[in-house]
Amino acid sequence: MKTAWVKQRTTVFGAIVVLVTAGVTAYALSAIAENDRRTSRATDATTTSLTQVEEGPRILFRHTGRDADYGHVGAVALADPGGPRALTDLSCDRVYARAGSVSCLTTERGVVTRYRATDLATSTPGARWREVDGVDLPGLPSRTRISPDGRLVSSTVFVNGDSYMVSGFSTRTVVRRIGGASYGDLEKFRLVVDGRRVAPADRNVWGVTFAADDRTFYATVATGGRTYLARGDLAERSLTTIADHVECPSLSPDGTRIAFKEADKDGTRWTPAVLDLATGRRTVLAGETHSIDDQIEWLDDDTVLYGLEREDEPVSDVWSLDTEPTATPRVLVPEAASPAVLR
Amino acid sequence: MYLSLSDRPATSTGAEARRSGGRVSRTVITLGIVSLLTDISSESVSAILPLYLTAVVGLSPVAYGLVDGLYQGVSSLVRIAAGWAADRTDRPQPVALAGYAMSAVARLGLLFAGGFGTISAAISLDRVGKGVRTAPRDAMIAASSDPAHLGRSFGVHRALDTIGATLGPLLAFVILWRIADGYDTVLVVSLGFAVLGVATMACFVPFRTGAVRRTAPHREPRPTLRWRTALTPGLLRLTGVSGVLALLTIGDGFVYLALLDTGGFAAQWFPVLYVGTNLAYLTLAVPMGRLADRAGRATVLVLGHLPLAAAYLCAASGSGALWTTCAAVLLLGVFYAATDGTLAAVAGQLVPETVRASGIATAQTAVAVARLVAATGFGLLWYAVGPRVAMLAVCVALLAAIPAGFAVLRRAAR
Repeated sequence: MKTAWVKQRTTVFGAIVVLVTAGVTAYALSAIAENDRRTSRATDATTTSLTQVEEGPRILFRHTGRDADYGHVGAVALADPGGPRALTDLSCDRVYARAGSVSCLTTERGVVTRYRATDLATSTPGARWREVDGVDLPGLPSRTRISPDGRLVSSTVFVNGDSYMVSGFSTRTVVRRIGGASYGDLEKFRLVVDGRRVAPADRNVWGVTFAADDRTFYATVATGGRTYLARGDLAERSLTTIADHVECPSLSPDGTRIAFKEADKDGTRWTPAVLDLATGRRTVLAGETHSIDDQIEWLDDDTVLYGLEREDEPVSDVWSLDTEPTATPRVLVPEAASPAVLR
Repeated sequence: MYLSLSDRPATSTGAEARRSGGRVSRTVITLGIVSLLTDISSESVSAILPLYLTAVVGLSPVAYGLVDGLYQGVSSLVRIAAGWAADRTDRPQPVALAGYAMSAVARLGLLFAGGFGTISAAISLDRVGKGVRTAPRDAMIAASSDPAHLGRSFGVHRALDTIGATLGPLLAFVILWRIADGYDTVLVVSLGFAVLGVATMACFVPFRTGAVRRTAPHREPRPTLRWRTALTPGLLRLTGVSGVLALLTIGDGFVYLALLDTGGFAAQWFPVLYVGTNLAYLTLAVPMGRLADRAGRATVLVLGHLPLAAAYLCAASGSGALWTTCAAVLLLGVFYAATDGTLAAVAGQLVPETVRASGIATAQTAVAVARLVAATGFGLLWYAVGPRVAMLAVCVALLAAIPAGFAVLRRAAR
């Protein structure tokens, strides 16, 4: 019996090799064909010129239609968000814009995958955005925000390989003055948790949102398995916690409220919520039943926006949700993610 | 007390090795190819896993951190149990094969996984598979090698293994370069390589490989094995020494981070450093194995930590010069080449061959757990006193531990 197996094993192995190779090759070839078909397909969305959209208030976003413009930055008029979109040839993983400044975080795939933050300046409607500053990033792009005056930019990335052995994720969040100096890694800021000065090894900071004074900002600080909302001061280089259980804060246009995502018990699902800074009152927007994983943007003082991936295909839409607890969300901009409102 | 550090092949061990003359045994090469295929499979997935989970599955990196946590610990937990099972049944081949098969099934699971639960399950299964196969496989390598060339055999196996680990990420890159969101394709290709690995093992590594009692002319009552049988004074010393040295082995990540901190290179070159270390490792694995055979394996195992200390020095020097970065990367490769295979080779010889897999598993688990502790502890030290002082402190401690370990292990080898 043993000799029979010795004789047959080469045949059996050969058959397995042929089967596996054929199967894998067929799959790869069809994936290549599908990829080429998709990336050469024109977008289904109706389009318009950038000049037209940039004339008035607008929403900037990342186009997520599975077509030749996938990942490109697009813009729609605030008055007609579901209407025709202008598509640029700028490709970003995350995009944000305020007051004539655009921040674009990108992944440049290569033997060494590189990540980059590029700052651009917009001028007259329709004119090509000019690159004014940029830095290399140490990991996967996650969040970016610009201050209301368009001068400060923040970026959060996920750093893989912070350590080979230590598990858990690690973020790196940096604030820079566009065209100027960097404030560096926010983890190096003086940290005060619940009134006490601390320097824990496991601290992580992510999701910056800027106030209007060019100095104050808010961010998530995580340490010891808890997340906090912290108020930051760029001049003092400090972070002070003011509430807990808050992730990815976003300051409302009037500066009175923080929209954020609130984690469930396991920390794997998030619900949008709003915190009143003066009273500390929280409103969980339970009308959204999906888990959202985005830094929320404000459409106006009573409405929030966020990107959400469809359940059946890798396409995101931008949803809007009123900040009343009973409100239900609706799609505002289809085939879009990473929204930024330019009023 | 049975101590087999002598150069005399014991009963069944030498048979196959003698047949192959001075060459590396066919089984070792085959096991190396199995590892190569499996590592292409696992490392191509590891390279894209963070991106895949966050970008495609839609898992937030926080949840990914939880998934990543499952990687650790699970592996070491099952390792001793699998080593024990291999010895108990006297059949390391099917136990190792089961381990490889588990990882292949895990690839399939990952392909269809949609949520946090299924992904955790798939990744855990992969890690369990890795834990299950390692010790029985190393026991087979030891059993199929001429004891005089044991170091070289492990060197050959580790070199092949590391070639796979280097090719895997490269393959993933090529696929993603051609197909923008080709994560599924990477997973399918990875599954293909995993299946080929299992098939190679099943077809070309005989069922009885590494079985100790295979030459018994007639059935004899199987003696009851106890794990304690594997805990010979020699193995306990080895486990103690390599455990202590592993406590001072802080992981490549921290060395690279310290270099990053002193400005030796830009952050995006991080992955290249791993490739550099892997290249040094695979080039030097065989020469280091030969050296171990000649100069003494315990000697090379302990002194192999000197390049690690030198790498710490490079990282702590803070010069920020390119050459210190390159030197540190290469020195880490030398360290792995000198110690990784050698540990299994030494452990396999310090215990009776009936409990070889258990013995190897014991030493490897001690090292894995100690390194986990080291990484966590060093993280705290890093924040307390800064990277340079922390690095220097560990370097000094390591330099002190090396001669002590050397003295203890020499006694074990006598």
